[in-house]
Amino acid sequence: MTAIHSPAQRVWWKQPLDRVEGTWIVIAFVWCLVMFFMMPYWHIYGKQNLSNEAYRTTPEAYVAKTQAMVDKYTVRTATEQNIPVVHPVPGSDVYLIARLWNFWPILELEEGQTYKLHIMSTDWLHGFSLQPENINVQIHPGYEHVMTITPTKEGTYSIICNEYCGINHHTMASKLYVVKPKKS
Amino acid sequence: MAVNRNFRTCPSTGLVYHEPAEKLIRWNAVAGVVSLLVGGVLALLVTLTRWPAVKLLPPDWFYLALTAHGLDMLVFWIIFFEIAVLYFAASTLLKCRLATPKVAWAAFWLMIVGALMNNFAVFKGDSSVMFTSYVPMGAHPLFYLGLILFAVGALIAVFVFFGTLVVGKAEKTYNGSVPLVTFGAITAAIIATFTIAAGAIILIPTFLWSVGLVSHIDSLMYRTVWWGFGHSSQQINVAAHVSVWYAIAAIVFGAKPMSEKVSRMAFVLYILFLQLASAHHLLADPGLTSNWKIFNTSYAMYLAVLASMVHGLTVPGAIEVAQREKGFNKGFFEWLRKAPWGNPCFSGMFISLVGFGFLGGISGVMMGTEQLNLIIHNTIYVPGHFHATVVVGTTLAFMALTYFLIPTLFRRELMFPGMAKWQPYVYGLGMCAFSVFMMGAGTLGVPRRHWDMAFSGAILPHEFPGTAYLMMGIMAVSGIAAVVGGAMYLLITVGSVFFGRKIETPGFKRVPVREGMAPPPAPVAVAPAGHGAIGLGGFVAPGTFVLAMIFLVSFVLYYFVNWKYLSTVWPMN
Repeated sequence: MTAIHSPAQRVWWKQPLDRVEGTWIVIAFVWCLVMFFMMPYWHIYGKQNLSNEAYRTTPEAYVAKTQAMVDKYTVRTATEQNIPVVHPVPGSDVYLIARLWNFWPILELEEGQTYKLHIMSTDWLHGFSLQPENINVQIHPGYEHVMTITPTKEGTYSIICNEYCGINHHTMASKLYVVKPKKS
Repeated sequence: MAVNRNFRTCPSTGLVYHEPAEKLIRWNAVAGVVSLLVGGVLALLVTLTRWPAVKLLPPDWFYLALTAHGLDMLVFWIIFFEIAVLYFAASTLLKCRLATPKVAWAAFWLMIVGALMNNFAVFKGDSSVMFTSYVPMGAHPLFYLGLILFAVGALIAVFVFFGTLVVGKAEKTYNGSVPLVTFGAITAAIIATFTIAAGAIILIPTFLWSVGLVSHIDSLMYRTVWWGFGHSSQQINVAAHVSVWYAIAAIVFGAKPMSEKVSRMAFVLYILFLQLASAHHLLADPGLTSNWKIFNTSYAMYLAVLASMVHGLTVPGAIEVAQREKGFNKGFFEWLRKAPWGNPCFSGMFISLVGFGFLGGISGVMMGTEQLNLIIHNTIYVPGHFHATVVVGTTLAFMALTYFLIPTLFRRELMFPGMAKWQPYVYGLGMCAFSVFMMGAGTLGVPRRHWDMAFSGAILPHEFPGTAYLMMGIMAVSGIAAVVGGAMYLLITVGSVFFGRKIETPGFKRVPVREGMAPPPAPVAVAPAGHGAIGLGGFVAPGTFVLAMIFLVSFVLYYFVNWKYLSTVWPMN
């Protein structure tokens, strides 16, 4: 009987497996296990893992921390809007605010150095999409996400918002500069 | 009050239709097709806007059209059609009267009101919040209320389906176990029940928030619970379209399931594990641990992926066995070469199966891998993936089934049969290309749900490489091909249902229950046995096995290519 009729045999569960089915199930299951264990493996041996570190906070507290960093490390301003460009010391905490419809401030990092990057939204959901690296992270309001990042190559990168955030979503883009470490 | 027990037997297929069920199946299918029409027009507008050289709509209209497109297609078209499939799988396949037709009509009208209300809110212009309606971005209260009413209607319809199963069992309309297709429909209905519950848990507070009765909805909580609804509803689609694949294999080829045990176990794995998939959407979110993400995103060690890989083998395997038993037993692929490629019911189903597996399935596992998600999240790769699963997989399977339903259910001859022959190819292959080029552009970082990849008006725009623009252009052209295929489908189905030549059956009458209905087959006492002397090297379906191995090799290679690519981006943890 076909799939649109009741099985002809009442005890259909006793029909032996065809070899083709049995073989495929074993192969497919092994592959499933490989894919499963690949994720913990990468946590141990891989270098690209999204941080689990996040804190609940308020927009006011987060903006205050960002402002303190901007006051300390601003090296110049960019564009007609005078957006501060900050050059924090390697290894330090770096803050980035996502809001309707810009990122603030502009970060300048050193190649090969590691930073603790904090990101948070002060209003709606936004996206952190670093181009052309193509690293993509969700940004929530009220959740301060802390991740360590290590830029590998100098150049001008873009941060674009890739979570729909309203009518001017397509204008929400910024830059991130990576420069050679200063000789001291 | 007398229960309507009038049935008719379709003279060409032998299927039995309960009078009220038949009407309900028709109306639900028609409501689905109307949603498809609206969604299809919007699809064209969205595609033409994302074509960088055309950029048809201004941003406000683009986001409005995209919101309405997502809802009309993913919710209204698919769920109306699924309700039709559920009623068919319970009432027609079990030769059973539909339980409580009046309640089923109430469910139908509730769904209609909900769909209209939701569309009204979107087209009014103040609810362009996308299909996902993430808080704190808010929509008009009617937007949520419409969805809630629709979901309540759908839930009632699911209960009518369950009630029909009970009636069938009590009135002994079938012997032994339910057919495999009904079993798949039960899977879909069970998933639908907890999916709609998740929807209620999040949409009701959000509705209250939109009218000011709740002060705050946490964005992470919203995403976590909403995706328990949003992703799981795609799993209803998977269970439903896999059932449709089995049904078409049975209808076109008379194919028996290779083994009932394996196919049914695979459906059970869906029930047990698909619900974990909310995590797929939260891999790039703060506030959740990697342990939670890894366990849930993999459906507990990919057991639901295993189930899909099993169906991917057993559906074509069953066709192969049926074809070989008919004498197409030469070599590996005679059964496939001699398949009825001009029958849209088969060609649609087969393109659906291959496209769903190769494009939708593989890309889905990539995105659902915790670390690989970092290089994919919210890029246009994501809609590339789900157009391969929900459109090539579900929609095309439903379209294929329609070609069977028009003569048997609507009793009309198919109009434009020559066009129908080509429709699955134009639609299916157009949609496959559309998905592939979306994924390609996503790999280059192009964001989804984005009006302008050139960032016009931005102070610090990003410049995408020329290849990304090229891919978006080819994507749009493929999308237009798919829209043409969709228009062909609408022309054929609407034309046939309203203007097609009526199939007159001499001496047609509806008969009260049992009279004139084939008696249920008596249980056969034969010992369970395998298949006969067909196939190669002890494999009854060697051709399918070769196809499965090609699939596996593509899967493995693509998987590790993505890890290789991930290993080149900035270290982070």
